[in-house]
Amino acid sequence: MRAVFNIPGGIHPPENKVQSTATAIRSAGIPELLVFPLSQHIGAPAKPIVEVGNKVLKGQMIAEANGFVSVPVHASTSGEVVAIGGHVLPHPSGMSGPCISIKADGKDQWIEHKGVPDYEALDRPALLDIIRNAGIAGMGGAGFPSAVKLNPRPDQPIKTLIINGTECEPYITADDMLMRERAEQILEGVKVLRHILTPTETVIGIEDNKAEALAIMRNAAKGTGIEIVDFPTKYPSGGEKQLITIITGKEVPKGKLPADIGVVVQNLGTATAIYRAVVHGEPLISRITTVTGKAVEQQQNFETLLGSPISHLLTLSKWRQDVAIRLVMGGPMMGFALEDVSIPVVKTTNCILVPNAEELPEPAPEQACIRCGMCAEACPASLLPQQLFWFSQGKELEKLQQHNLADCIECGCCSYVCPSNIPLVQYYRASKAAIRTHDQDLIKSDQSKARFEARQERLEREAEAKEAKRQARAEAAKKAKASAATKPGETTSTTDKDAIIQAAIARTKAKKSEPSTDPVQAAIERAQAKRSGAPTAEETPEAKLVKIEGRLKKAQEKYQQAIEQGSDKLDAFSAGITKLEQQLELAKAAVPDTSEQQVEASTNTDSATDAIARAQAQRAGGAAKDTPEQAITKLKKRLGAAKDKLATAENEDNANIEAFRASVSTLQAKLQKAEQQLTNDNVS
Amino acid sequence: MLEFISQQPLLAALIVLVGLGLVFGAVLGFASVKFATEGDPITDQINALLPQTQCGQCGHPGCRPYAEAITNGEAINRCPPGGESTIAELANLLDVEILPLDAEEGAGEKPKSVAYIREDECIGCTKCIQACPMDAILGAAKHMHTVIVDECTGCDLCVEPCPVDCIDMIALPTTLQTWAWELPSDKSHIIATDVSHGEAA
Amino acid sequence: MAFLRVTSPHAHSPTDTASVMRLVLYASIPGVLCLSYFFGAGIFVNIIWACLVALGCEALVLRLRGRQIGLYLKDYSAIVTAVLLAIAIPPYAPWWVLTIGVAFAIIIGKNLYGGLGSNPFNPAMVGYVVLLISFPIQMTSWGAPINTIADQAAVPGVLDALRLNFGFMKEGVDAFTMATPLDVLKQNKALEVSELWQQKPQFGLFAGRGWEYANLWFAVGGCYLLYRRIFTWHAPISMLLALGFWAALFYDGGSSASGGSPMFHWFSGATMLGAFFIVTDPVTSAVSTRGRMVYGALIGTLLYIIRCWGNYPDAIAFSVLLANFAAPFIDHYTQPRTYGHKKGGQ
Repeated sequence: MRAVFNIPGGIHPPENKVQSTATAIRSAGIPELLVFPLSQHIGAPAKPIVEVGNKVLKGQMIAEANGFVSVPVHASTSGEVVAIGGHVLPHPSGMSGPCISIKADGKDQWIEHKGVPDYEALDRPALLDIIRNAGIAGMGGAGFPSAVKLNPRPDQPIKTLIINGTECEPYITADDMLMRERAEQILEGVKVLRHILTPTETVIGIEDNKAEALAIMRNAAKGTGIEIVDFPTKYPSGGEKQLITIITGKEVPKGKLPADIGVVVQNLGTATAIYRAVVHGEPLISRITTVTGKAVEQQQNFETLLGSPISHLLTLSKWRQDVAIRLVMGGPMMGFALEDVSIPVVKTTNCILVPNAEELPEPAPEQACIRCGMCAEACPASLLPQQLFWFSQGKELEKLQQHNLADCIECGCCSYVCPSNIPLVQYYRASKAAIRTHDQDLIKSDQSKARFEARQERLEREAEAKEAKRQARAEAAKKAKASAATKPGETTSTTDKDAIIQAAIARTKAKKSEPSTDPVQAAIERAQAKRSGAPTAEETPEAKLVKIEGRLKKAQEKYQQAIEQGSDKLDAFSAGITKLEQQLELAKAAVPDTSEQQVEASTNTDSATDAIARAQAQRAGGAAKDTPEQAITKLKKRLGAAKDKLATAENEDNANIEAFRASVSTLQAKLQKAEQQLTNDNVS
Repeated sequence: MLEFISQQPLLAALIVLVGLGLVFGAVLGFASVKFATEGDPITDQINALLPQTQCGQCGHPGCRPYAEAITNGEAINRCPPGGESTIAELANLLDVEILPLDAEEGAGEKPKSVAYIREDECIGCTKCIQACPMDAILGAAKHMHTVIVDECTGCDLCVEPCPVDCIDMIALPTTLQTWAWELPSDKSHIIATDVSHGEAA
Repeated sequence: MAFLRVTSPHAHSPTDTASVMRLVLYASIPGVLCLSYFFGAGIFVNIIWACLVALGCEALVLRLRGRQIGLYLKDYSAIVTAVLLAIAIPPYAPWWVLTIGVAFAIIIGKNLYGGLGSNPFNPAMVGYVVLLISFPIQMTSWGAPINTIADQAAVPGVLDALRLNFGFMKEGVDAFTMATPLDVLKQNKALEVSELWQQKPQFGLFAGRGWEYANLWFAVGGCYLLYRRIFTWHAPISMLLALGFWAALFYDGGSSASGGSPMFHWFSGATMLGAFFIVTDPVTSAVSTRGRMVYGALIGTLLYIIRCWGNYPDAIAFSVLLANFAAPFIDHYTQPRTYGHKKGGQ
């Protein structure tokens, strides 16, 4: 007998399992219309490969896997595709999503299919292909594509294969009935899994509240080398991580997968589906679903075609719509409430729970947390739920992460035991979503920052390139002018030099952009003024900075030239440069903002950034002046709005009517003034 | 000398105090040189919390300038794209009071949105391309433009420059991937009934 | 009929706050009966009066805070506070002492901090300490247990108690008060412990006469709560162990300087009431099981220190309040190891 380990926490809610195990599994038959959501699993939604009007056969693939972590969808009976489009999904949000609807023709005609009874001749990739093409995803709850889970990396040898027959949630008996009635199929499926994974041990874990199923399984497993292990009933023993701990005593480290510690867990139902896919060639088109709760008269298990609407099952089990208070897909602990009975049964639907008001009453009003610690005792992940609750209320995402909110498996034990009726799990779900959004926002903001900075750099580069070009042009023009004005020979160079020196001195003196007497400098300044389209006298600090930088650059160039030419005025040049540098420092100090802003400012005249500057300036409170026309249009708009408001106010007999009148008249006055100015401007 | 000092308690106290001052001054001076922080880390930290939409809604040309302004004492509640959560984070970082969002013309916290160019109406003027701080608009002169949705931050700086008003801000829809349970509102419900109770009483 | 759209889990255990509080009240009944046997009916008068004052104060504050009065009164938390305080103070303390204590506990100790669940300090103990510091005489005048004084064959009945507590019988209390065993031991300088037992009428089988049985019955009530899983064993047991450990360490065989045997400390004063009804108050204690053990041990240690070397004969209130201070700190360092995480909370 194998030793089992205990897990911390857990609860013992009323099991309510006997109600649905009284009768054998019954076939639910073929409903008129079946709906197949394209996303019944974790991963990318399947891609439809049929069109409206196509006839399909039972078992025919109607949507193919879309990527590695994805599985196809198959028609569960023969019929005609009548719609491909939105339908309410089995999802807590109650939202719609893409589905394929098939009208059954009642013939239930199988597509040609062939199994591989001697699967042991096949290798792992071939078998995984079969499993993937059969559309098999975990049938215990989450719906993770089985082929992906059964394909661990080569450096992860699988020591233990665990088959999850725990079914720890109250009410659900689908796996229980499966074990009682189809133990052989389960074990065949487990053998296929064993062949794929070649583990050193294979264990089927079953809670000890299923005595009948245990006995049958033990009997059937004799001589197969498959070990049947029972352990005390406790919710949530059936959680993957919890079951691993119970069977092996090991914990899956944070952020790792079970395969990393040499364990693979598969659900019983999945094992059966794999058996049927491999040995009989049948894709996953049906499953066992428990229909239970006090609002149905016949609580039992159905062999249900996937895609059958819930209403079909409810009708079969004679539900009493008038007393049903909730419609839960899954169990009472982790299942989600639905609002629509047309929602179809999917690969993960192990239970439809329809309780009445006495059974699962409306949640009582939330009261203050008294820190009783029952939640901490019940938590199977050893978290501190009440602390998480405080932090969730305060939206303290960092603290939540520190307290390992991410390790919460949302089993609901804490909410179940809470004497103050606090919906703790909902707090955690909301907070987990908030953390996810926050992380995504962070990534996005980093990305945005990078893009913004790249753009700034590009603009700077462009501006520099332009500046260089302009300088080259100015240089050429100056040279041409100088050579035209003087005679050729030695004197030319002297005059040239003198002029340059004079220019440099003049420029260094021109601290406050006084109109220079030097003709060359004046020309340059004129050119600059023209280019920037702004009067030199009203330079902004930024513009000045750019100018001084330009001058400094030029002076340095001249200095280099002078060195090359062996000029004797080197000292004067270097003095000029020093002065310019000092000025540059001063100017930089005068510019209050960062280089980004300088770039902004320096490129303001560039039509490329004009728009952004305008928009930003307007946001900033209208620092940049509108043209008179724009101003008038704006004023007119505002006047219109104000008049509208006044009218409404008059209609409603508003108390603020005087204020509205005043604003209308002010705006009218402003408008008149602006118009007059515009006329004046146009005249002048 | 020592004797003289020891006989003058006032002097001794003075010397001790001055000595202490010198020693600690030296230690502090050394520390300020040795452990000097480069750049302006607080501005960087603030900048890291801002959403980097570069939208200018705070009155500054971009997020970094606003971060600098906050360093220099500006209010932390001028960032509508960041909304309440950013204000809370900034308040936490700077240890100041959380303020309600101060947005112009009641903009408040808008749902996240992206720009969408109605491509039939686009005349290819490139004005929006120049306005986009993210370089998230693709197109060339006289050719249709389009927005790279993944890069768009929803700053709506491109809306204003468009001469034919063909840019819309579209709120991002909730999808199955982004849907999530909200925090329970049960409590406010109780208090709401309390309020009416209180009024009645 | 529309279906409810709520988040899972859909099932909920039948336990709620009110039922927890009710069980606590039931569990205190044996101890209260025992106290009334030894000290008379004053304790009933006190409990009823304290409950009335507590409910009145609670309703007043709830009204001022704009909360639903009915919903919050029904959680019994105010009554539990009132009962604990009424048990803790001398049975014949004047009515105004109790009134001030309960009002302070409910209004300031509990509701000013945000009401049930938000108060950092145990409200009953806050009220008790306020009374102990403000009215030391009234708060230390315990009546003599039945049959300890020769000329007193009966304890006061209900009518006597009403007269005593509400001041119709002037200076009636002093006639039959007497030092508590803890007090006697504390004041003792000359006698050995065994001599004390022989000479002083206060001492019974293994602790104070009357007190030992009251403690025993409170312990029984506490065990019932443990059995009903209202709280875990960690805090009370570690408190008793710590107290016993220090008492054993300093017992020194019963010399005149002895602090008393572990048995004496366990069954004297308010030890068991404290261990099972006050230390276990979840709101103000540490949260995790490990944290609660530390919390309990801290209280036990402080209790012994103050009893032996402090200024007061008994010290449940002071040690609980001091440990309340430390609870968040204890929580910080005793966060349990989450599934899949290495030790040290990584």
